[in-house]
Amino acid sequence: MICACALVLVPGACPQAADYDYINIREPFSQKIPMAVPVFKTLSQGSTEKQVAQNAADMLEEVLTYTGYFKMIDRDAFLQDPGGQGIVTKEINFGNWTDIGAELLLTGGVRLESGVLQMEFRLFDPYRQEMILGKRYTGKPGGQRKMVLRFCGEMIKRLTGRQGLFDSRIAFVGTGDEGKSVYVCDFDGKNLTRVTNPQSIVVSPAWAPDNRYIAYTAYTHGNQRIYISDLQDGSVREFAAYEGINLTPAWHPGSSALAATLSFEGDEEIYLLTETGKIDKRLTESWGVDVSPAFSPDGKKMVFVSSRSGSPQLYVKDMRSGSVRRLTYEGTYNTQPDWSPAGGQVVYSGMKDGRIDIYVIDVDSGETERLTRKAGDNEAPSWSPDGSMIVFTSTRTGNSRIFVMTASGTDQRMLLDMPGKQQLPDWSPPKRE
Amino acid sequence: MAKKLNMKFILLCIVMLSLALTVSCAKKPPETTTASDQAEAADTMTTESETDTAQAGQDEDALTEEELEARRQAEAEAREAAADARDRFASEKVYFKFDDSSLTDSARDVLRDKVQWLRNHPDACVIIEGHCDERGTDEYNLALGSRRAESVKDFLTKAGIDGSRLTTISYGEERPAVTGHNEEAWAKNRRAEFRFCSSE
Repeated sequence: MICACALVLVPGACPQAADYDYINIREPFSQKIPMAVPVFKTLSQGSTEKQVAQNAADMLEEVLTYTGYFKMIDRDAFLQDPGGQGIVTKEINFGNWTDIGAELLLTGGVRLESGVLQMEFRLFDPYRQEMILGKRYTGKPGGQRKMVLRFCGEMIKRLTGRQGLFDSRIAFVGTGDEGKSVYVCDFDGKNLTRVTNPQSIVVSPAWAPDNRYIAYTAYTHGNQRIYISDLQDGSVREFAAYEGINLTPAWHPGSSALAATLSFEGDEEIYLLTETGKIDKRLTESWGVDVSPAFSPDGKKMVFVSSRSGSPQLYVKDMRSGSVRRLTYEGTYNTQPDWSPAGGQVVYSGMKDGRIDIYVIDVDSGETERLTRKAGDNEAPSWSPDGSMIVFTSTRTGNSRIFVMTASGTDQRMLLDMPGKQQLPDWSPPKRE
Repeated sequence: MAKKLNMKFILLCIVMLSLALTVSCAKKPPETTTASDQAEAADTMTTESETDTAQAGQDEDALTEEELEARRQAEAEAREAAADARDRFASEKVYFKFDDSSLTDSARDVLRDKVQWLRNHPDACVIIEGHCDERGTDEYNLALGSRRAESVKDFLTKAGIDGSRLTTISYGEERPAVTGHNEEAWAKNRRAEFRFCSSE
């Protein structure tokens, strides 16, 4: 835990909106910003301080590279010793950084004394020769990841104007020797924990808007039911156990309600359920499969999959007027929609020539963009809470595994290297208390 | 002696009949006996049971020893035949086309047999499982599996089977019947399976 507060190291001039120029929000991943992160300076004489200083700089590089915005300049290319140099404006030779093309410079300092860890971070523009952002954090030893992530969050907010994704988590279904379980890990695959006991079938984990609960479907009692797991106290409660299927729970962002597919009336329809699992109302009215609801961030619209036209396609329902319109027309198999946090797009998986890939569709114009190609089957996409990234599964390396990419489809990489197969990731939504 | 055997045989028939049908001894006896034999036997039995039940019991035991094997065998055969029919009911699957829950002609043929069996076994309770091949996505396949199971249930209820005897469950693509990543394997995995409620 970081016990103490953050201290703003007031920069000489504090430009605000201009900072957003660093990252082009329209095409944030088209050109990566070259950036230098020297090893942190040790500010006292603690014995483990050097290690923390090295690790902190490495961790920063890793986390910032993860976002897809930056390209780290190799420390071997630095014109000065990567550690031990000055970290404040007047001590920095900015020419050394502009000469190697660093558009951003991040310096840091570590102080580890009498059971207190203190870390300082300063972000500079070497060309303007000024500090963009400075923070000092004080906490317990071992708290460096939290401090690094908190600074990265501040930095991304300053550079993009958007809240970062560094406190977000990803839930997914993992298959081990004993069966399937819901797992949760940090945005970057760290801090992997198993949430539910292993069992035969577990599907569709879905985060609550408060990020405390995860709803999922399991066959714990032989038939399909929806359960809700409380990550805070570890308890599990049965949410819906209607006759037939109880599938694809999706939390409404502005209320405590959930939408889910039930078949107790003999047909797979989407219903709105109260927080105790009682049926509020039926949301779809068509023979055939209606499944996989996902709400727009304002909760006013719901995208879902329906086979009403003969093959699975995406439809959008206006929650107030009740009107439904078809969203996808390309291809004959479009499923697994997730609404972007900014509200304008829906990501989904579509089948073409027998292969499944990730597509993004603009809700208003209907324009689609394909994000994956020729790399196995790619399924179950879910937006990061800031909308900058997408988590999905891919079979490109064999078994289905969790991958991430930027929202433009660049920087596709495996998030977790764990045995068995992993499916159905859900990225925690923007946190609402 | 011959008369006694004959009488014993009739007695056995009567006991069996009354056991099996729980109706009176006046039921029509096997054709091998004459009407007078029957009357006499019936009379005799009544008298015996009234006057000397112990004696009658002994006679019956002796009788059963002789016929028990045949009876056991007949019962075993009947049981086997019934078990075969039951097994066939449980093992014969219904297959579907890709991303389709409608019943093909051959699926309807299989289901007609099942209707017959269900009519003959009014106490049987059945779970209809819907399955899909590995193509497609997990959640949609779970819904499609449900749709397939519902299609089957719909056919059976329309044929007069009480819907309360039929439960549906979907396993989507979670439990393939065969492994393999080709059309041959997929065709075998797009199916509805049947099992009895009592057995898991």
